[in-house]
Amino acid sequence: MKLNGAQILVKSLKNESVEHIFGYPGGAVLHIYDALDAQNDIMHILVRHEQGAAHAADGYARASGKVGVVLVTSGPGITNAVTGIATAYMDSIPMVVISGQVPSPLIGNDAFQEVDAVGITRSCVKHNFLIKDIDQIASTVKKAFHIASTGRPGPVLIDIPKDITIAQTQEPTYSGVVDMRSYQPIVDGEPEQITRAAELILSSKQPIIYAGGGCVIGNADQELREFTRQLNFPITQTLMGLGAYPANDELFLGMLGMHGTYEANMSMHDSDCVIAVGARFDDRITANIDKFCPTAKIIHIDIDPSSIGKNVAVDVAIVGEVKSVLQDLITALKDKKTADISTWWSQIKQWRSVDSLAYQTKEGVIKPQTVIETLYEVTNGKAIVTSDVGQHQMWAAQYYHFDEPRRWINSGGLGTMGFGLPAAMGAKLAKPEMDVACVTGEGSIQMMTQELSTMLQYNTPVKIINLNNGYLGMVRQWQEFFYEKRYAMSYMEALPDFVKLAESYGHIGIKVEKSADLKDAMIEAFKQKDRTVFLDIITDPNENVFPMIPSGAGHNEMLLAGRDEMASINDEGLNLV
Amino acid sequence: MRHIISVLLENEAGALSRVAGLFSARGFNIESLTVAATNDLTLSRMTIVSVGNDNIIEQIVKQLYKLIDVVKVTDLTATEHIERELLLVKIDVNQNTQADIDKKIDEFSAKIVDVSEDTYIIELAGQSKKINDFLDSLGAFKILEVSRTGVTGVCQRRES
Ligand SMILES: Cc1ncc(C[n+]2csc(CCOP(=O)(O)OP(=O)(O)O)c2C)c(N)n1
Ligand SMILES: [Mg+2]
Repeated sequence: MKLNGAQILVKSLKNESVEHIFGYPGGAVLHIYDALDAQNDIMHILVRHEQGAAHAADGYARASGKVGVVLVTSGPGITNAVTGIATAYMDSIPMVVISGQVPSPLIGNDAFQEVDAVGITRSCVKHNFLIKDIDQIASTVKKAFHIASTGRPGPVLIDIPKDITIAQTQEPTYSGVVDMRSYQPIVDGEPEQITRAAELILSSKQPIIYAGGGCVIGNADQELREFTRQLNFPITQTLMGLGAYPANDELFLGMLGMHGTYEANMSMHDSDCVIAVGARFDDRITANIDKFCPTAKIIHIDIDPSSIGKNVAVDVAIVGEVKSVLQDLITALKDKKTADISTWWSQIKQWRSVDSLAYQTKEGVIKPQTVIETLYEVTNGKAIVTSDVGQHQMWAAQYYHFDEPRRWINSGGLGTMGFGLPAAMGAKLAKPEMDVACVTGEGSIQMMTQELSTMLQYNTPVKIINLNNGYLGMVRQWQEFFYEKRYAMSYMEALPDFVKLAESYGHIGIKVEKSADLKDAMIEAFKQKDRTVFLDIITDPNENVFPMIPSGAGHNEMLLAGRDEMASINDEGLNLV
Repeated sequence: MRHIISVLLENEAGALSRVAGLFSARGFNIESLTVAATNDLTLSRMTIVSVGNDNIIEQIVKQLYKLIDVVKVTDLTATEHIERELLLVKIDVNQNTQADIDKKIDEFSAKIVDVSEDTYIIELAGQSKKINDFLDSLGAFKILEVSRTGVTGVCQRRES
């Protein structure tokens, strides 16, 4: 049977078991839309902005573990999607983006809506393709899904000129396997390195496990739990790792890094053996690299060889999938006796007693931390929580105690304001049976409010928890600390009425101004199973995120709430972000 | 230290810009870069000369491996290897300078590949140092144009 390129593309996507595509039409992809319209297996979600499509596909991928799929037109379609692609790239999220391109003969002619999509996206995709021939469509789609979802996952772009979607050919076979001589991701760790790691682990007296997003993306949460409990070692997690190990477990020290807990950061600083699992020693984690873990031997397990030794020199490097490597380590350590670490644990308990996440409540004002605690209570800690970027993101990470992976969805690497709402929509589509909350700020939410319209069209009920402090709070906090309270452009004088905004999009809006109303409003919102509810919660405008390691400082130089309200920073720190 | 990195990669459109983009995005330096298809026309060989400490070179090698089109990366400077570079230089020649220039050409075993009324085009292949020395030795004459290929190289072991 003869098919056109667009039909072959759609069939290739079905062959990858694609069920949802997030996209937006335009001239270059009209044939593809025509082919999509003629079938019922794949549901297309029409977003209101291509950045929203990419974030929604990203949230969908994070919640489900599947590859998120995006379809956009040429020119402004793909440039609008770039922020979302870069966001997925920084957090290693599997995604396939299909962009239309002007017809092949016009490429390079500055044709209407032509951009060099492959060139523009090169530095923020794992790989990209420009399809030159109709015969490449099926095999390219196959390769794209393979590359996006294996090894260290990431977004892959397929740019397809319009003429190729129109051309006709005999229907190809959609092969089930891909073999690429230039792409052979490593799965298992080297046995020799596993043995060396096991020896180091057994001899260590002040160990700590530092687990990152790789444990979530690599589906290694069960192995991480077994490994940690087998050793009875303290464990801390990065912003991206939260949920891989249960936050409510006794061995968990909380998040580490810039806004990590006192016990997590102090333990990192004093440790003699840091076991990094699927983490990449990002600058938000290490703080001042010269002061990082001064006495520790470092074991680093990661799928990406280039992550190893990039920021920090390591003593034992194990390249492999964290799931496989942890299984091997669990076997290697079975029935072996670790050193006595009881003194280490009593030290940690002392640090823990500092209670670094304690905060002061104030009569008449709603504390943002309380909002997250209430959210946790009302959802029994079982919701998927997406977030935007700012103070609210840190509070959500600190006070919503994630016990399961793929429940905490945020833009950690790129820090993209606007991510939260479309990501929540994508997550709800992936997990319709779960409660989904989007913790946001009045600044961030305004970057993507148009998606409220998409959420009505496809009935993806999400609870929006707007921590409305009237400020670009994270910016304000830095200006308070490091710019002598000169609040340049961190205050928005003209906020919309969010209740009316939600209502105009057909959703429910509730404004909460009094502490006493908070819990009831939250309960009411989650009772509305089939409705999106926008909770506009007026919170303390002056609250800051603590603890905090100011830029340039070390893990043992944290600022604590109520004790070090005014931070200071040295010149070296000012240069950092 | 100076390293010669040999990269075997799929002979695909855009492969060169992926490598060039990687170097500029990560702030790695490139002294020279040569690329051409190999005997297997589906593969290209790229030879990159870069300067950096061990950590940087390790990152360069790892980041190159991460590119999906890259099949194999070898740091030639880590093993016994042969390196060559080709120079074409156009030089002004007149009655007063010809004998001296001919002498230099002899000295370096270079080759005249084109002669006009008042110019030579000289070819020289060799290690970069030899080419630098040759160009230095022509310093007294009027060089009109210099074109160098950049370094290419192979590992001396049978299996690289
Ligand atoms: C797209 C984008 N632009 C700018 C920033 C820089 N930035 C980080 S946090 C922040 C303030 C966010 O304000 P809001 O959403 O109100 O959250 P809050 O910090 O007040 O909780 C800004 C501007 C960013 N992260 N992303
Ligand atoms: Mg705010």
